[in-house]
Amino acid sequence: MDYKDYYKILGVEKGATQDEIKRSYRKLARKFHPDVSKEEDAEVKFKEVGEAYEVLKDPEKREAYDQLGSNWKAGQEGFQPPPDWEQNFDFGGGGYTQGNAQDYSSFFEDLFGGGRAGGQYYQSGSAGQGGFQSRGENVRAKVMIDLEDSFNGTTQSLNLQSPEVNEQGQVVNKQRTLNVKIPKGVKEGQTIRLAKQGNPGMGGGERGDLLLEIGFKPHKLYTFDGKDIYLNVPVAPWEATLGAKIDVPTPDGKKVGMKVPADSQQGRKLRLKGKGLPGKNMGDFYVVLQVTLPPSSDPKVKAYNEKMRDEIDFNPRSYLF
Amino acid sequence: MNAKKVNIVSGYILEEESALTLAELCWTCQAPAETMIRLIDHGVIMPLEGNNSRQWRFHRSSLVRADKALRLKRDLGVNLAGTALALELLDEIDDLRKQLNHYIDRE
Repeated sequence: MDYKDYYKILGVEKGATQDEIKRSYRKLARKFHPDVSKEEDAEVKFKEVGEAYEVLKDPEKREAYDQLGSNWKAGQEGFQPPPDWEQNFDFGGGGYTQGNAQDYSSFFEDLFGGGRAGGQYYQSGSAGQGGFQSRGENVRAKVMIDLEDSFNGTTQSLNLQSPEVNEQGQVVNKQRTLNVKIPKGVKEGQTIRLAKQGNPGMGGGERGDLLLEIGFKPHKLYTFDGKDIYLNVPVAPWEATLGAKIDVPTPDGKKVGMKVPADSQQGRKLRLKGKGLPGKNMGDFYVVLQVTLPPSSDPKVKAYNEKMRDEIDFNPRSYLF
Repeated sequence: MNAKKVNIVSGYILEEESALTLAELCWTCQAPAETMIRLIDHGVIMPLEGNNSRQWRFHRSSLVRADKALRLKRDLGVNLAGTALALELLDEIDDLRKQLNHYIDRE
């Protein structure tokens, strides 16, 4: 297993006081909380910070950790705690840790135990004997899909880790692969509920649910807002002024002819009803006009613009003064 | 490739499923009714209809929201008023981000 430098993870000096550790932990927990942070690996970092704090907040565990850690560098492979390292401390039986040890790294588990404590729980009761029974936890995950997937529906393969109890009554993380059908018309931020695909219950209780949050990968053309889709479409200055008929690619992969009304200002939104995301209540598709200037390096463009400047009476800033 | 891999599970879009009762909400959130009522008192979630707790019906999205609130409360040690405030600010940031997306040039 790899050695983990808990001080570095929390961004504190080795001699930090308990208060400094607490402050640093709270700050990092807020920063990396998966519900708050937009960073990709927020969840991993949040767990890492939690694990580090679990050890360093407890003076006894911290002392034990300090003793064994001084000669190792973070990330070094093949770390083995010396056989007698816990001589002066009693962690080996597990159950010492209040935190959910399965959530922590194997480094943590090897030092402070944990999984075994949970195991006793599982063994103590089974369905029908009136023992302890509870429903499994809901599991949350996020999948990123393409816009096209929402139009056509798709199947996504997910790798999930869930704690399960083996024959020895130990909690082990089991990897499983689920192929999940993503229904047509799903929108960004919606949640797909897969009944009884969460963590197993205790003592014969039923499994929790799997809640899949849907995110959309950025699209090279379109942006999204709920069920509505937006596209920036460049138009020439004369198209915006005189009106025009232009071809626009719609999100369903087709092409549609659109009328640009005369005197359309920059940023004007044109709506194509029902051309947004499909589904029970269909979204709309908005074309946002972007007036795009031809380059003045073209002598013709230059000549025409000079002519406009000299002959047209137009002051766009009249309202400023 | 093993055999387990082949079956495809399908679920429902939570937001489009039928409304929940308080009991169902507590069951799926794995939280007691008292906690849910406190979330309602702080405006974190709101019943769609019903005058008393027996008749309350909740939109499915309340489930995600209540879950999120409880996680924030537990993980960051904030009280419910603070959680409610954080959630509202997070919503606002989401909206602003979406608006911003429309302006970001995608070359």
